[in-house]
Amino acid sequence: MTPLLEVRHASKIYGGSLLGKRDTTVALEDLSYSIADGEPSMTAIAGESGSGKTTLAMLMLGFLKPTSGQVFYRGRDVASMSSTERRQFRREVQPIFQDPYEAFNPFYRVDHVLETPLQRFGLARSRSEARGQIAEALERVGLRPNETLGRFPHQLSGGQRQRVGVARALLCRPKVIVADEPVSMVDASLRATILASLQVLNRDLGISIIYITHDLTTAYQICDNIVVLYLGKVAEVGTVERVIRTPRHPYTQLLVASIPVADRRRRWGEDAAGDSDATTHAHAGRTGCPFAPRCPAVMPMCHDSPPPLFMPDGQRAAACFLYRDAPVLPTADVAAVWEREVA
Amino acid sequence: MSIATAMAASGRRSFSTAALRGILRSPRMSSSLVAGLVMLGLVVLLALFGPRFVNARLAAVGAVRPSQAPSAQYLLGTDSQGRDMLTIMVLATPQTLRIGLIAGVVGMAIGLSLGLLSGFFGGAVDAVIRVLADSLMTVPGLAIMVIIAASVGHMTVELMGLTVAALAWMHPTRAIRSQVLSIRERSYVSVARANGESELGILFREVMPNLVPYIAASFVGAVSGAILAAVGLEAIGLGPNDVHTLGTTIYWSEKFSAVLRGQWWWWGPPIVAISFIFVGMFLLSSGLDRIANPKLRMRT
Amino acid sequence: MSLDGEREVLRVEDLRVVYETSAGPVRAVDGVSFSLRAGERMGLIGESGSGKTTLGTAIVRLHRPPARIESGRITVDGRDFLDADERAMRQLRMRELALIPQAAMNSLNPVMRIGDQVADGILAHEGKLPRRDIAERVARALAQVGLPASVAERYPHQLSGGQRQRAAMAIATALQPKIIVADEPTSALDVVVQRQVMFTLGRLQAGLHAAVLLIGHDMGLVAQFADTIGVLYAGRLVEQGPVDDILDTPRHPYTRLLIDSLPSLDDKKPLRGIPGLPPSLLNLPPGCPFAPRCPFAFERCRVETPMLQPVGARQLAACHLYPEHSELPPLPSDAELPEVPAVHAEVEAIAP
Repeated sequence: MTPLLEVRHASKIYGGSLLGKRDTTVALEDLSYSIADGEPSMTAIAGESGSGKTTLAMLMLGFLKPTSGQVFYRGRDVASMSSTERRQFRREVQPIFQDPYEAFNPFYRVDHVLETPLQRFGLARSRSEARGQIAEALERVGLRPNETLGRFPHQLSGGQRQRVGVARALLCRPKVIVADEPVSMVDASLRATILASLQVLNRDLGISIIYITHDLTTAYQICDNIVVLYLGKVAEVGTVERVIRTPRHPYTQLLVASIPVADRRRRWGEDAAGDSDATTHAHAGRTGCPFAPRCPAVMPMCHDSPPPLFMPDGQRAAACFLYRDAPVLPTADVAAVWEREVA
Repeated sequence: MSIATAMAASGRRSFSTAALRGILRSPRMSSSLVAGLVMLGLVVLLALFGPRFVNARLAAVGAVRPSQAPSAQYLLGTDSQGRDMLTIMVLATPQTLRIGLIAGVVGMAIGLSLGLLSGFFGGAVDAVIRVLADSLMTVPGLAIMVIIAASVGHMTVELMGLTVAALAWMHPTRAIRSQVLSIRERSYVSVARANGESELGILFREVMPNLVPYIAASFVGAVSGAILAAVGLEAIGLGPNDVHTLGTTIYWSEKFSAVLRGQWWWWGPPIVAISFIFVGMFLLSSGLDRIANPKLRMRT
Repeated sequence: MSLDGEREVLRVEDLRVVYETSAGPVRAVDGVSFSLRAGERMGLIGESGSGKTTLGTAIVRLHRPPARIESGRITVDGRDFLDADERAMRQLRMRELALIPQAAMNSLNPVMRIGDQVADGILAHEGKLPRRDIAERVARALAQVGLPASVAERYPHQLSGGQRQRAAMAIATALQPKIIVADEPTSALDVVVQRQVMFTLGRLQAGLHAAVLLIGHDMGLVAQFADTIGVLYAGRLVEQGPVDDILDTPRHPYTRLLIDSLPSLDDKKPLRGIPGLPPSLLNLPPGCPFAPRCPFAFERCRVETPMLQPVGARQLAACHLYPEHSELPPLPSDAELPEVPAVHAEVEAIAP
């Protein structure tokens, strides 16, 4: 069956000049991922800064063009869509952005961002119908229309603004919502409400949610599946139960160990990764595994070639030579890890 | 509501037309803004209504007794051609303002369009416009304007304005372009795109409204620069020869050796008027800059 | 680590900080009191609008107008800090009391070498020093935060985010202060780097035997680092006590709801937030500021503001439930929770 949204062997490389490739940044390298039609899922794309997660989000939304590879929507290449197809793509794949302050044009009241999609996509036949749809969307995300409409962005709190952002995405009647760190700039006590509303959209309205985050704890709480990225490549992928509870890739293990849990019995443990972070190694030659310079379990073969995705157990794959005895994922599409029963 | 939003709510910071009234009442009406508005307001009033109260014929050659120092009859004296200085001043000021406005409006219109196109669409369009603006900016403007003005047979106020505008558009282009570049990256532009807005729609509905304060500040700068350039050209004799302007008055006074002859009432008033206009424009522009620039980001 | 017998290095008494706005005074810090002993790590938890950053900058007297310290006392190592004159205060600052401000890594001078920036602070306090001494002091300050001396020659853009944050910490603590106030030192950093920087802060603190006041909004982070916790709400301390006690038995309803809202890695449970919004500091409701959102609020709460009082062995809580109760009653069922947004109720219904 044709997947709904498909990223095929996509790479995004910045920089580079006529003289050579010395100053290039590889944001994303040869990534394939698909979202099935008719099976709404909640998938987390997790990683730190420089991992390529936002780049992947922008590719999925069609806001960025891949340097190589393609993005397909409903079987059609986004780069060569007709304007009608483009319109449908634009409407059905909606973003929620991280920064509740920047996501609103200070010139307009928040109504502007809610009325525009109804007008542009022709989703309401009259003004009163539009008002009705807007009120319903706001209520679905836990806001009261009479307390929200007519206000300027600065008159609402960050949490309220994010919820308006979710309502806006909802109004477009999307099939996929790509949420780029939707709660990282919102207070802890308000995060739950916003994340819960995403879950409701997924369960009640059948919308697939792509949850871009660096916070594995919330990813675990609301998502079914997770893709962990490191410096533009997939480190580990699988269900959240597998990947987060029993991480196999050394990077995922480091990530999980670094999560500060509000429980003194689970201490952070000793400082394992030393002095470096991803950015100091981002420009190192990309001949082997990108995590090799920092990996506590590194072996000589790790520097020679990048490891493929091995499947040491069901519903999970890790790109690490520690598991070289396990079978390799037969397709490039990482979603296959949880979609098929590969032992 | 956090402290920041409490403060913001009390200051009512936003740029919609409805909030303009709020701006007028807010603490952003700084003293320089008010002073500038008052000064320019006076000049504009004089320019608009002054000519109705004077007899234009008194400004013609030989109308009155020449070379008279200021007196009760001729408040600003008369020049050596027999023209009443007060009448000249009242007629000249609006003309100078007109030149400044024409040059300012045309220059800004070009600057705004090119800046928007260049900043928003980037690529080849941006490269061409940028190279054009940058190279013309390095050309000594006054020299070019002298050449243009000298080759025009009959110089009028409108031609003067256009001449000055020809070299006044580059700076606004660059200024608007850099603002557009930064606005373009804001999330709300991406949200508009996700909302189905076309690129042109984004340009006009999302980017432009946020440019209004920068346009206003830039415009005032453009007008004062234009007046300066115009006065410079007029003072060396390249101005319009059918009307009085502040610069041509200075030219004539110099030509008839008013300085040497001690006729301070001939060259003095135009200089005072020009200075007054400039100080007013400067105060207005610095007041507008205060509004345009530090937009407090409301962080909860 | 036992703190018995350690002397008190910082005492804050009834501090009140006000913002003068055209709409009236906004009290960002409303009568906060606490003390720190040498080597003690205290964490101050608060969300937006709690006044935590205002408190941090006010303690070091680096607050800017329109913020104004209205009343209170700050004693640093026995000496009055608030009433000290400009000169005495600047002497005390940096040498005794240092602030690592929010987003410190972004406030590094981009055109100055790190070593020069560290030296700046040292020279400002100690006047001219011979070249070799300066270099040695800079190297020592950098070593305190785990950075090699070679970093002194580099510019900020040549360092990673974590390294820049540590450089900022080195600058702030170059004079080996006894008290360090760290305002969200890791908020802009990734989780792995965050752990490194927090370890660095810990090593720094141990090396200087300094007291640290860590201000933040991440309960997990603060719990991993601090010995004592204070919880701020609407400018007031609503709960205070040893970290283990507070995590096990939070005594103030806000603390309890906050801890409950933390997602865990143990099991997938329904997400609970705290209904409602933090109060507007311009229009604080009478009585307890948390009353409108509190599941246990009763009449007295809306009339009288509760004061911090001892509850249990070593905790303090500002809540009218005490001393009648000895700890919080169980949370009421959903039907009784105040003002729950529609979606929250739906999730409760769906969750297994």
